[in-house]
Amino acid sequence: MKRAGFSDRWLPVLFLLPQLTIIFIFFYWPAAHALRSSFFLQDPFGFGETFVGMKNYTMLLDSASYMRAAWFTVIFTSLVTFLSLSIALLLAVKADKVIRGAKTYRTLLMWVYAVAPPVAGVIGLVLFDQSWGPLRDFVALFGWDFRLGVNYFDTAFTLVVMSVWKQLPVNFIFFLSGLQSIPRSVREAALIDNRSAAGRFWDVTFPLLAPTGFFLLIINITYSLFDTFGIFDTQFKGEPGNNPMTLVYKVYLDGFRGNDLGGSSAQSVILMVLVLALTIFQFRMVERRIHYT
Amino acid sequence: MKRLSIVSSLALMLASNAVYAETNITWWHAMGGALGETVNQIATDFNASQDEYTITPVFKGSYEETLTSGIAAFRAGEQPNIMQVFDAGAATVIGAKGATVPVQDLLTENGVEFDINDYISGVRYFYADADGKMIGMPFNSSSPIMYFNVDALAAAGVEAPKTWEEFETTTAPALIEAGYIPLAQSHSPWIFVENFVSRHNLPFATNDNGYTGTDTQILVNSDELKMHWTNVKEWLDEGKYAWYGASWDDNQAPFEEGKVAIWMGSSGSFGGLMQKDLPFEFSATYLPYWEAITTEPTQTFIGGASLFAMAGKSDEENAATAAFFQYLTSPEVQYMWHRETGYVPITTAAYELAKEDGHYDRFPAAEVGIKQLSLASGENTKGYRMGFYPQIRDVMNREFGRILTDETSVDAAFETIETEANELLSRFAMTQN
Repeated sequence: MKRAGFSDRWLPVLFLLPQLTIIFIFFYWPAAHALRSSFFLQDPFGFGETFVGMKNYTMLLDSASYMRAAWFTVIFTSLVTFLSLSIALLLAVKADKVIRGAKTYRTLLMWVYAVAPPVAGVIGLVLFDQSWGPLRDFVALFGWDFRLGVNYFDTAFTLVVMSVWKQLPVNFIFFLSGLQSIPRSVREAALIDNRSAAGRFWDVTFPLLAPTGFFLLIINITYSLFDTFGIFDTQFKGEPGNNPMTLVYKVYLDGFRGNDLGGSSAQSVILMVLVLALTIFQFRMVERRIHYT
Repeated sequence: MKRLSIVSSLALMLASNAVYAETNITWWHAMGGALGETVNQIATDFNASQDEYTITPVFKGSYEETLTSGIAAFRAGEQPNIMQVFDAGAATVIGAKGATVPVQDLLTENGVEFDINDYISGVRYFYADADGKMIGMPFNSSSPIMYFNVDALAAAGVEAPKTWEEFETTTAPALIEAGYIPLAQSHSPWIFVENFVSRHNLPFATNDNGYTGTDTQILVNSDELKMHWTNVKEWLDEGKYAWYGASWDDNQAPFEEGKVAIWMGSSGSFGGLMQKDLPFEFSATYLPYWEAITTEPTQTFIGGASLFAMAGKSDEENAATAAFFQYLTSPEVQYMWHRETGYVPITTAAYELAKEDGHYDRFPAAEVGIKQLSLASGENTKGYRMGFYPQIRDVMNREFGRILTDETSVDAAFETIETEANELLSRFAMTQN
């Protein structure tokens, strides 16, 4: 077989250049800056700075509020990822079986996709408002005195509900197309082997959906970590107070609200390492074990 | 012939440019809603009052967002001529020597007469340096005051409380009896810490409350503040106080709805409350004090924000900024700003004008802020200067929220505030080298 290639060494580089430039300007350059800033304490206006070595990092480990935000991030990410994946899978499996009006039904489920995170946050504020929210009134029927923005748990509950709701359509679309790409013959063969629908789902459908599921797992973890920022920001109405927050929100608070560039940079470097680890995990460990059909 | 006409028209253009060459300056501010409209009105009036300078106000979001945009713009060399900075951000901008032109220098260099004693005493030194030189021009100056629902207090048969003891034993029980939630307030760090220490003339930080050095330590872990907060928590449990989260508006709304009888907010909230046409009569008075701490309560700090002239601008533009500041501090403009918004007039002349015009006969509550700022002063009532203070406020807000939702005790919370605030202060000190 003849190997197609470029005869000139520089031509491929030329084609890559726009992409490389963008990556360099918008990722490597700021990342290098963040790494450097994380070892300094800097005057916000840029007049003076002091080299502090690892102090910005060690301070974070000693900080009870940072650790609290870290724990909340872990719990929040696990909950949002698990709930949005499992609910979307359930909806996709059910929608896959719908024959009449399938298109309308699916479109309705995908609609929420168009809602931006801050808007989802505002909807959450309206639904759960502490004096006139309809969902607050609803849970009050069960004796739950729901206080959004006052009670830590109630605020966390709203944040999880709104984040899951916002992410469902993406997962739904991917799961649905994943289900529809499973060959009919496989399903029919399974039907002969196993009469139980649940059994068929777990033994045949679920493993075949694994590539989609794994891809979505990574997407959902990064969504919970980073893209939920807008939901948090609208919920806080400008005053974070004693509300739960994720690590990304804390980077913003310390850097952009508090103008502590060194401390905030150290936090973003930690997040950068976290994402790097996640990516390596995705590529190295699991992709080998999952067979894409 | 054609060429001649081009040349002549060009010449005409140049000439007309020379005649109408206006110096344009920009003003970044954080005044949204009705306040923003008044800001625009001031700018329009200034532009119409002369034809040398044009000022363009730009709304940049919240106080924090305005400060951050201003800093980012400064680092990129794109700073506005005038930037509005709030009380908590004062240390950041004043500490960065070279970021701004001290307003006192700006005015005297441009031939504007300046006497710091023209300014009312509570306003005079908050944005000044340790030597008393004014760095930022006080603009929207406010103070926390106590608003009350006149109908509710009449129904309960009580007066607005002068002391916290009176509130606790007389006012609150009577208001509960009359079916009201007695108390709410919109900003815990500002009202229940900063102005609490000012009202009782208690030290807030070392180094003369932070004015004379950067190696400052905060002094909030005090018996007086812990006593107050222990009581606040008890009031919450007994239904004498209600807390609706850290957001300003969520705590103001129940007062406007007539559920809460006494609400502590800003003197700058007055204009907004008047516009809302509330279903009850409201008035205002001074913040209460603890008789157990002092029998001679003192004035409060100014809150709100001031205007800073950013450095790195041409002489013409600085002259324009000086002219605008002169216009802004004129009694007429100050009175208009005070009347429309409720922020206090910053000069004695403007205050006199408001009195002469009978403004306070019509709205006695409008005078409370300025009167409270003009009460007896003490060594701790000038203000405070602490770096990373917006974050220190966030720490306080978080810990107070935790006290009020039973997640921590008053003692533990104040210990945390002290530790974290001192850590932030020492970090800020290191940025100032």
